[in-house]
Amino acid sequence: MLNYIFGGMIVLSVICAIATGNGESLADGIISGAKSSVELLVTMSGMMLLWSGIMEIASRGGFTAVISRLLSPLLMRLFRNVPKDSKAMNCIGMNVSANLLGLGNAATPFGLSAMGELKKLGGEGDTATDDMVTFVVMNTASIQLMPTMVGVLRQSCGSAQPFDILPCVWISSAAALTVGLVIAKVLR
Amino acid sequence: MQLFMPVFIAVVIIFGAVKRVPLFDAFTCGAKEGIRTLLSIAPTLVGLITAVEMLKASGATELLCSAIKPLAAALGFPEEIVPMVLLRPVSGGGSTALLTGIYRDCGADSFAGRVASVLAGSTETTFYAIAVYFGSVKIKKIRHTLAAGLAADLTAAVMAVVTVRILFNS
Repeated sequence: MLNYIFGGMIVLSVICAIATGNGESLADGIISGAKSSVELLVTMSGMMLLWSGIMEIASRGGFTAVISRLLSPLLMRLFRNVPKDSKAMNCIGMNVSANLLGLGNAATPFGLSAMGELKKLGGEGDTATDDMVTFVVMNTASIQLMPTMVGVLRQSCGSAQPFDILPCVWISSAAALTVGLVIAKVLR
Repeated sequence: MQLFMPVFIAVVIIFGAVKRVPLFDAFTCGAKEGIRTLLSIAPTLVGLITAVEMLKASGATELLCSAIKPLAAALGFPEEIVPMVLLRPVSGGGSTALLTGIYRDCGADSFAGRVASVLAGSTETTFYAIAVYFGSVKIKKIRHTLAAGLAADLTAAVMAVVTVRILFNS
């Protein structure tokens, strides 16, 4: 997919530049684009490293498990076919909690084992069960307390208060998740 | 809101101390992981930011936006973020590249900058998540997952505009 997008973007811009006589600014654009992408990486690297370090402390202390316990009443309501205290429920809880904390790298392995467990519960075949759909929809809608990447990017681009958007992010993602889950339920 | 991050960090540190985590060892270990993450996104960002920059310099973005402008304006959508709404479910790196483009053109604290930030923070790369999770258990018939996921993305886009409008009076 990205292969076509990347190729398409470049071919389209070259054709467009020739057609509109923007050749010179296109050449400048290539150089400044490559340069500014590296500048961006350097400016955001400090915060990225700091944040990864802080979150490693959280994850070694078992912060994810604490959040997972808090969420379990809610999750049990969403996944009625999944037994309480089963491995599937545990993996789902850890995946959702890790996502909530912005630990994407930690969330994926839990999510993959949750899918494996859900498949055991839901019989064989190549068709998704209702619980699988619900679970993947939860993972396609981001529920994050602290969107670090966005905050860091905003700061490197000169924002006065990079995290002033947090309430908006929380409201929007909660709304998006709710709509996703409702639709997943309605279309069953 | 400025206090959210410092307080969050303090909570994590105190929690770690209570749980007897070797604080600094864990920190440096995690930061090392951070370098790896940074390196792994570097090639994507360089490629896609350059491609986005090329589209802009060639005048193609302007042409595309002028086609979408009337529709976006009718919906009260800042036209600058339309390409990002379309790319967001498909490519995380691509939408990050567009996001930094919006920051540079309009400013990180502008209306479009804020809406784009909220959009980036409240959505995921839907197609990627679906491919990874269903692919791992060899599920081919995903039923209504895509419909629900895209509906969530659309909701996030609308809510990003609405919440920024209301909470920032803009």
